[in-house]
Amino acid sequence: MSVKQISVFLENKKGRLADVTRILSKEAVNIRALSLADTADFGVLRIIVNEPDRCLAVLKKNSFVAQVTEVVAIEVEDKPGGLSRILELLDGAGVNVEYMYAYVEKSKDNAIVICRIDERERAIEVLGKAGIATLSAEALKAL
Amino acid sequence: MIWNTDYETLPRDELRALQGQRLGSLVDALYRRVPFYRAKMDAMGVKPHDIQGIGDLEKLPLTTKDEMRDVYPYGLLAVDLKEIVEIHTSSGTTGKPVVDAYTAGDIEVWSEVMARTLATGGTGRHDIVQNAFGYGLFTGGLGVHYGARKIGATVIPISGGNTKRQLAILQDFKSTVLTCTPSYSLYLAEAAREEGLDMRSLGVKAGFFGAEPWSETMRKEIEEKLHLLAIDIYGLTEIIGPGVASECEHQNGLHIFEDHFYPEVIDTKTGKVLPDGEKGELVITTLTKEGSPLLRYRTRDITYLDRSPCPCGRTSVRMHRVLGRTDDMLIIRGVNVFPSQIEEVILKVEGVEPHYQLVVERRDNLDELEVQVEMNEKLFSDEIKILERTEKAIEAELYATLNIHTRVKLVEPKAIARSEGKAKRVIDKRTL
Repeated sequence: MSVKQISVFLENKKGRLADVTRILSKEAVNIRALSLADTADFGVLRIIVNEPDRCLAVLKKNSFVAQVTEVVAIEVEDKPGGLSRILELLDGAGVNVEYMYAYVEKSKDNAIVICRIDERERAIEVLGKAGIATLSAEALKAL
Repeated sequence: MIWNTDYETLPRDELRALQGQRLGSLVDALYRRVPFYRAKMDAMGVKPHDIQGIGDLEKLPLTTKDEMRDVYPYGLLAVDLKEIVEIHTSSGTTGKPVVDAYTAGDIEVWSEVMARTLATGGTGRHDIVQNAFGYGLFTGGLGVHYGARKIGATVIPISGGNTKRQLAILQDFKSTVLTCTPSYSLYLAEAAREEGLDMRSLGVKAGFFGAEPWSETMRKEIEEKLHLLAIDIYGLTEIIGPGVASECEHQNGLHIFEDHFYPEVIDTKTGKVLPDGEKGELVITTLTKEGSPLLRYRTRDITYLDRSPCPCGRTSVRMHRVLGRTDDMLIIRGVNVFPSQIEEVILKVEGVEPHYQLVVERRDNLDELEVQVEMNEKLFSDEIKILERTEKAIEAELYATLNIHTRVKLVEPKAIARSEGKAKRVIDKRTL
C-alpha cells in the first residue's frame, strides 16, 4: 500500500524552508514526517502531511514547484536489527531503495520508515510475505 | 496582407531614387537647423551638396547613443518646440534616457508604419487588438495604439501587467490580436494554465511580439501554447518606437520599412559598411523624420540584411531577427556569445522553459558563466540525482554547441525577474 509524499523544490538559500513551514502552518497543514536532501545549489524537501492534496495546492499557489511522489510506509520493529532485516529482504529481492527517512510517530510498538522505491508493488509483496506490514494513508493518519 | 501596396511593393530602383531624394532633404534640414549635426559634418568636411543620392550615405557621420545623451533633452530637435506634439524617452536604465520628439507629421508616419506592421499578421478593421505593451513614455503601447487606430481595428489599451485582468479581457472581449513582449506572452499562457484556461480555445489569431530578443525555439513554443501566428516586430525609441520593421506571414526575416528608415550594417569595430548577409551592427537613418531625425544611428543590435525577394511581394530589404546586442555580447574566455544563442540551446533540453538568466563572474582571472534555469513541473523530480543529471545535460549541450564551459544552476520559478516588461537576461559581475 503506498502513501502520498509531497516533494518540493527549494533553492539553497536562507529562509526558504521556513517559508514552506510558515505557509503550511497558516493553512493548518500538519507535517508528520520530513526529510531534506540538498546540494550546494538546491534541495528537495520531502514531507508526509495530513492532507497531501491540499498541501500540494497551497504550495503551487505560492509558486513552489512541488509534486506528489508515491512512497511506502513500512513498520519496523523498534529494536536493533529491525531496519537491517527489512533492507536485507528488499536487497535479496533485487528491489532498490532510492531514499528513506523515519516517521515521527509509532504504530503500536513499531517504528515507521518512509521508503522511496521504484518497484513498490513488489516491495510490498516481499515484505508482506515476511510478515512485515506496510501502512495505508488512512492507517498513518489514524496514528 | 499588405497595408500600403504603393510603397511596400515599390520597384527597388524607384525606392532607391525616393530614398536618395529624402536623404537630400534630411541632410539639408539637419545642416541648417541642428548645430550638433552641422558640427559633425563640418568636422568631416561634408556639405549637404555632397549628398546626391543614397549611395553617398557613407560619407555622413554615424550617431551614437552616448552622443544623444550628451545633448539631452532637446539638442537634436530639428524644428521649433511648438511643432512637437509628443515626446517619448527610453527607460534610462543604463544612463540618461534618449529622447524621441514627434511632430504631427511624425505621428502620422508612426501610425502608417505600425498599420503596415499589424497588417502583416492580417489585422483588419474587424479585429480586436489587446495591446499589452506598456502605455506611457515607453513607445510600445502608443505605437501599437496608433497603428491599430489607423487600420480601424478596435484597440483595448490594457497596457502591460495585471495578468488576471488580461485573461479576463481576452475571454470577455474575445480579442483576436495580442501585442506584448514575447516573454510576457508565455507568462500569460502560464497564468492561463494555472487558472485552468486553455489559451488555444480562445480566438487570438495573431500576436505581435517585440521589445526584447527572442529565438525561433521560443516562437515555436509561443505559437504552440497560445495557438496563434507569432510575428516578430522591431523598433527602438531613438528611431520612432515599434514600426521600424516587421516580419510578414512567411516569417523569414523582418521587412524594414525602408522608405522611412534606411538600414545599413556596419562592422562594430571599424564602422565600415558590410555587404548583405554579413553580421554586424544595424545602423538606421530616419529619412522622413521631422522632430528629432537621426543620421546613421548605431542601434547596437546585431543582425544581417537580405535583399532576396520575399514571396509576400514586398520589395523591402529584410533584416534577420536580432541576434544580440553589441553591449549584450558576452566574451567568455575569448569566445563571443549572445544570450539568444544560449537560449536556443537550453530550450532543446526536454522540459526547459525560456526562463533563464546568465551571470558572469571572473574568478582567478578566468570568466565563469553561470546559467540559471528556472525549475518547472516538467523538470522536477524528488530525486536529487535526476535534477543533477538535468544540470549536467544542459551543460553538455551548451558545450557541444557553443564550445563554452558553463555552470548550470536550477533555481526556483519566478526567481528570475520578469517580465511584464523586458526580462533581464545578463548580469555581468566582472570588474575589469
